[in-house]
Amino acid sequence: MNDAQWETLSNQGVAAAGVVYFLALLAYAVQWAALRDVPVKQVVAADGSPVVDVPDERLAHRTEMAGRLGLLLTGIGALAHFVALLGRGMAADPNRVPWGNMYEFTLSGTFFVALIFLVTNRRWRLSWLGPIVVGFVLVVMLANVLWLYEPVAPLTEALESYWLVIHVVSAVIATGAFTLGAFTSFLYLLKARSTKDKGYLARLPELPALDRISYRMHAFGFPVWTFGVLISGPIWAHQAWSSYWNWDPKEVWAFITWVIYAAYLHARATAGWRGRNAAVLALVGAATLWFNFIGINFFSTTSQHSYAEDASVERSVVLRLAGPVESAQEVRVVVRPDHPRP
Amino acid sequence: MTGGEDRQATALPSDLNARELARWSWRQLTSMRTALVLLLLLALASIPGSVIPQEDVDSLAVSTWRDDHPRLAPIWDRLDLFSVYSSPWFSAIYILLMISLVGCIIPRLFVYWRALRAQPPRAPRHLSRLPEHTSYVTDEAPDVVLRRAAELLRTKRYRVAPLGDDDAVAAERGHLREAGNLLFHLAVIVVLVGVATGSLFGYKGGVIMLNGEQYGFSNNLTQYDDFAPGSLFDPSVMEPFSFSITDFDVDWMTDGRRAGQARKFVAHLDYETVPGAETQDYDLRVNHPLAIGGTEVFLIGHGYAPIITIRDGDGEIAQSGPAVFLPINPQTFESFGVVKAPDASPTQIGLEGTFYPTFAMGQDDDGNLALPSSIWGDALDPLVSLNVYTGDVGLDDGTSASVYVLDKSEATQLENDEGRPFRMDLRPGDTVTLPDGLGSVTFEGLERWNKIQISRTPGKLVALAGVSLALLGLLGSLFIRPRRLWVRARRRDDGTTLVEVARLDRSSGGDPEDGMAELAELVEALTKTKEKP
Repeated sequence: MNDAQWETLSNQGVAAAGVVYFLALLAYAVQWAALRDVPVKQVVAADGSPVVDVPDERLAHRTEMAGRLGLLLTGIGALAHFVALLGRGMAADPNRVPWGNMYEFTLSGTFFVALIFLVTNRRWRLSWLGPIVVGFVLVVMLANVLWLYEPVAPLTEALESYWLVIHVVSAVIATGAFTLGAFTSFLYLLKARSTKDKGYLARLPELPALDRISYRMHAFGFPVWTFGVLISGPIWAHQAWSSYWNWDPKEVWAFITWVIYAAYLHARATAGWRGRNAAVLALVGAATLWFNFIGINFFSTTSQHSYAEDASVERSVVLRLAGPVESAQEVRVVVRPDHPRP
Repeated sequence: MTGGEDRQATALPSDLNARELARWSWRQLTSMRTALVLLLLLALASIPGSVIPQEDVDSLAVSTWRDDHPRLAPIWDRLDLFSVYSSPWFSAIYILLMISLVGCIIPRLFVYWRALRAQPPRAPRHLSRLPEHTSYVTDEAPDVVLRRAAELLRTKRYRVAPLGDDDAVAAERGHLREAGNLLFHLAVIVVLVGVATGSLFGYKGGVIMLNGEQYGFSNNLTQYDDFAPGSLFDPSVMEPFSFSITDFDVDWMTDGRRAGQARKFVAHLDYETVPGAETQDYDLRVNHPLAIGGTEVFLIGHGYAPIITIRDGDGEIAQSGPAVFLPINPQTFESFGVVKAPDASPTQIGLEGTFYPTFAMGQDDDGNLALPSSIWGDALDPLVSLNVYTGDVGLDDGTSASVYVLDKSEATQLENDEGRPFRMDLRPGDTVTLPDGLGSVTFEGLERWNKIQISRTPGKLVALAGVSLALLGLLGSLFIRPRRLWVRARRRDDGTTLVEVARLDRSSGGDPEDGMAELAELVEALTKTKEKP
């Protein structure tokens, strides 16, 4: 296959993933809609997860099948999603990892959200998270295609480093895990307020279980994030920009995110902060995370991480000088009578 | 301080003497809640620095901001908002956090030390009251079961208390969680030491180097264009290397989606590590700095330097050589620069203008060819367009002046016969005679320059080691599960033995379902071994 074919394949993969995720969302909708009027019986399995105890056997069978179909479709969607990513990487000349601009970051970020969900689903019994994950991935992918699409292009010089592979993938994986943790914390807060005995919230696992799942997601994401932004990031920054920490807005916000998630982990060990307060902290952390991912790229003019526009990428690559006055001042070459300069 | 004991803030004692107050303040400062609040404060305090331009990051943006907000700027200055990360209030937060951390960690080190040497605590009286417990009945004698349980637990890497006259086995594992926790917090201090070393003793400087063996750089203060030393920087540590850029390659893409952009920047360097040493060469590229001892040399940028010769009214060469023009547009390399001839007679001459690597006339809104521009970064059709200033162009009074700025306060712009600014457009080899017998200007040719950044960051490996250790500690503190396990065997009245097994998960993120699984496994193993002879 040539590059153009790979690129077409990638676009088809995105489209297919979109359609399949949508079907998965429909299947989940069928599942949860059928259960909406059935009161939840307080049956709790030995491991603490609520047992779906549906009196009507046919209904029980139907909802279970719908749920399984939803999961299967999510898996197929993720496969198409993976093909889309693979195509992006293969379409570039030379071939590269498919995370070189905003479109690709978003594409791989959503892929990891789906993948982490699929991997942990069985182990941690996350089937209830399915509709939210699929809905989120679908909406973000759609927005990505509509507003962030960029044709495949070679990487700019500054990005040509194997640290791109390591630094970005760890940031993206951590983002996926934190996002899933944020969903769980959000559901925790909703369920904590809800008094209903039927419907989606009532069928979620009990609050301590939600809290624990959220913690596990964050406990997985936090070391990966630490590695991504505090180890591999600085090493690369040192190679590319000559100092390992530059207080670039992106770095500042990655640091803020790190500190808030550190506070989240801390909060769980502090009396009076467990549960609700920790969940709020997790959501604040997710807000800073996503603001950093989207906000800084579009609103900050000074960040060397602004991959939203071509020009700014180039600026970070070619020169940190722009504008006549600016350059003159930045370079600040001073001539003294005894020190002739060219 | 994830996990472990929670040191609680306590109420202020009512009868205060100085010692009580100090003690109370210390307890407050080292409480977990204070650490949490300080962490959140640190996050909050970092925000202004990402919104307001910072002196160390982009001093130009700061001065522009100052000009735009003349009334706010002094207030911002007083609040140190232009240098947030070195401000007293930001430092106060992280220093308090460090003190809190040390105050929290040191007592815990002792606690940990004692816990390491202590035996697992004896079994509680009612094992069935623990959340994770199970039991079974067997015919075996209690001490047989207990011995087997102790053996089994040892193979599962539990620390088992020696079997005494007690009717239960006490075992414990997962001490490394707290070790990881302590390591993480100590490593944070190591990182801070590393970072502080770098920012106190290190330096970072930049220089614009013309390409060519004749333009050398040797590493001493006078050679830098800009230089940012740490506050305890000692110039004697500067390594005495020198280098020149013999050639610079850049690949302009002529097709594909990034056509017009450049890549594969390579500056070919000849360098000597010490004066008189053998000359070595290095291909300096983006992402591939040259390390000489503890100093590193980076390729940051590139641009053009038109060679311009100014002859004065007497026909003498008043100024000749490459003049560094700085890119205005990072894509097309349209560049701005000045040339000064302070020794020209009858009057000083200053030139200011734009360099176009590939010149083209753009169209304005009415379709007239009116906008000179560069359409390509490569020098395919170079042209330099200059305005002329006479009078005092600076440099006479001995004060410092930027070579990139023409001081026009005492200079007059040369005009043509129609009273409009005199402008000359020169291609390589062109000479234009200035009016009024002032002399002439020749565009001889083109040279290139590179912006080179040089930095020395002592302590960077300390910081890296610190952050790696912190990660290691973090992994331990998050994923190692400390737990205690007890097996009690008691002969009952009917001659059978009741074996109770219970487990206590001591990690804050513990997972009870794992606990039941482990207990079931243990019971299975205990009963299975029995069947084997």
